[in-house]
Amino acid sequence: MSVLATPRYDEVRRAYRLWRRSPLTMVGTVLIGVLLLVALLAPVVAPSDPYEQDFSVRLQPPSRAHLFGTDQFGRDLFSRVVYGSRIALQIILIVSVISGVVGTVVGLSAGYFGGRTDEVLMRVTDMFLAFPSLVLAMAFAAALGPSLPNMILAISLVTWTPYARLARGETLRAKTMDFVEAARSMGASDVRIIGRHILPMTVSVLIVQLTLRMGTIILTAAGLGFLGLGAQPPTPEWGAMVSDGRSYLMDQWWMPTLPGSAIALAVLGFNLMGDGIRDILDPRLRR
Amino acid sequence: MNLATYVARRLTLMVLVVFGVLVITFIVSHVVPADPVTAILGGNAPQEKVDALRRELGFDKPLHLQFVAYIWGAVRGDLGRSLRTGRPVWDDIQQYFPATVELTFSAITLAILLGVPMGVISAVRRNEPADHGARVFSIVGVSMPVFWTGLILMLFLYHRLGWLPGPGRIDFAVLPPPSRTGLLLLDSLIARNWDALGSAVAHLIMPAFVLGYVATATIARTTRSSMLDVLGQDYIRTARAKGLRERLVIVRHALRNALIPTVTVIGLVFGGLLEGSVLTETIFAWPGLGRYITTGYLTLDYPAVMGGTLYIAVVFSVVNLIVDLTYAVLDPRIRL
Repeated sequence: MSVLATPRYDEVRRAYRLWRRSPLTMVGTVLIGVLLLVALLAPVVAPSDPYEQDFSVRLQPPSRAHLFGTDQFGRDLFSRVVYGSRIALQIILIVSVISGVVGTVVGLSAGYFGGRTDEVLMRVTDMFLAFPSLVLAMAFAAALGPSLPNMILAISLVTWTPYARLARGETLRAKTMDFVEAARSMGASDVRIIGRHILPMTVSVLIVQLTLRMGTIILTAAGLGFLGLGAQPPTPEWGAMVSDGRSYLMDQWWMPTLPGSAIALAVLGFNLMGDGIRDILDPRLRR
Repeated sequence: MNLATYVARRLTLMVLVVFGVLVITFIVSHVVPADPVTAILGGNAPQEKVDALRRELGFDKPLHLQFVAYIWGAVRGDLGRSLRTGRPVWDDIQQYFPATVELTFSAITLAILLGVPMGVISAVRRNEPADHGARVFSIVGVSMPVFWTGLILMLFLYHRLGWLPGPGRIDFAVLPPPSRTGLLLLDSLIARNWDALGSAVAHLIMPAFVLGYVATATIARTTRSSMLDVLGQDYIRTARAKGLRERLVIVRHALRNALIPTVTVIGLVFGGLLEGSVLTETIFAWPGLGRYITTGYLTLDYPAVMGGTLYIAVVFSVVNLIVDLTYAVLDPRIRL
């Protein structure tokens, strides 16, 4: 291990140097850091309960008492946006896990077993890719019935395909390596070879891909929420809040625009950070 | 592999994919909902009404027979009857789709006209202010929710400043041209109705920009990175070494080759445009297929939703096919 430790440490230092050199990546990291903190400390950050209605302060513009103003029920929009960050992170986490696992299993099986299994699994993947994913997610969400868990399921069902492709490619590469051959000749079972030898080879690529796609997940979720196919009122989901405030755009501009800016900033954070990670890992930049 | 074999193979694949799309929409519409009939009629419908609709829609038959009937219907263009409009879904789609076509084509045209030059300039002036500006524009573009950008622009350009008209395809006060193609721009041109043309163009600007923003960003980023790849190639150095003017090197030698990934990405973003159109049309009250589908969701108009989804998926596959074929013509290596 100690032999490996030094280059590993160099890698980290190099990554840190590249990170410091890219202001956009730093902005992204800060945005995501803030998002995580806000979600973690929501009860502390939010001045009031996100569900608490107070009709004496309906439709108030942003002020010191209500940073983002209030909605038609007198709820504090800032508190709702703050609690919405928890929902957004929850969606990202669950969708990433489900679609990551499904995609990896499909890709690993296709790549490892090859032949007819590969052909069938990859054609199924092609079919899913043939759909514009939001449209398919809408169809699933509508069929399952609009709710937050169903929306998460619907998004997961349409986002596993890139991981399947990646996992397949990585598996095909790993399969030809000597240590896999060695494990096989020692009588290791398929499950053991896949789990102990091939999966670890694919994990890092998949994790990078997962982080790159987190922004897209928020956008899809917000789109579904906006169309009324996600979390239902009074849940403070960002997309649903924009949709809720839409009819107030002319006179109460803060109602749809401020929750929308939370979506934009979170996605921006993930995209900037994702771009940075890709650049840091891109070997062409090492020269 | 020659071009003909490639086209044949690609067409077979596309038939397979469309079949798969049918399987998926069938599963979503017939298998996933606990009871599609209840979903259509609501929970409190009288039993005889439920039974009647179940018979009418064929839900009383075994699943595999339903599937055969579904496929057979779809092949003949029979997508069922919309519960909301009462008309065949196919007829509805024919009526709504041109508006979506007009919107998406305007968006993609705008995106290419803005995105390609932006990507080229970014690559040529790498790490200079122009490049940074273009990158910020791009990354903001792919980060903003379409529906939010739409609302913000509407708030400023329509409500506050009044520079652009609001929702819809044409002003109420303007007499629309007789519909020939369903494409308002084309119809206005044919009828030489300049008022209608002006109004239609003005109504198109905001939604086309909103819808095309993401595509512009993606096209700019792809063009930038493929330009950078190409500019690092030996033959570019050769071209420069033999004293060609820089403009010629960039346009003739570099851009031509760099555009291959851009063509692919234009095809890919087209799918994004189709799904973006669903949200954009909702914001701008644009009477297209996307709005037809979302209205379908809200009114539980299942046949409309599934028919519309199927139609979009098939259009998406056809566009992908065209992109792949263009690609094969542009780059003979693909056919190997």
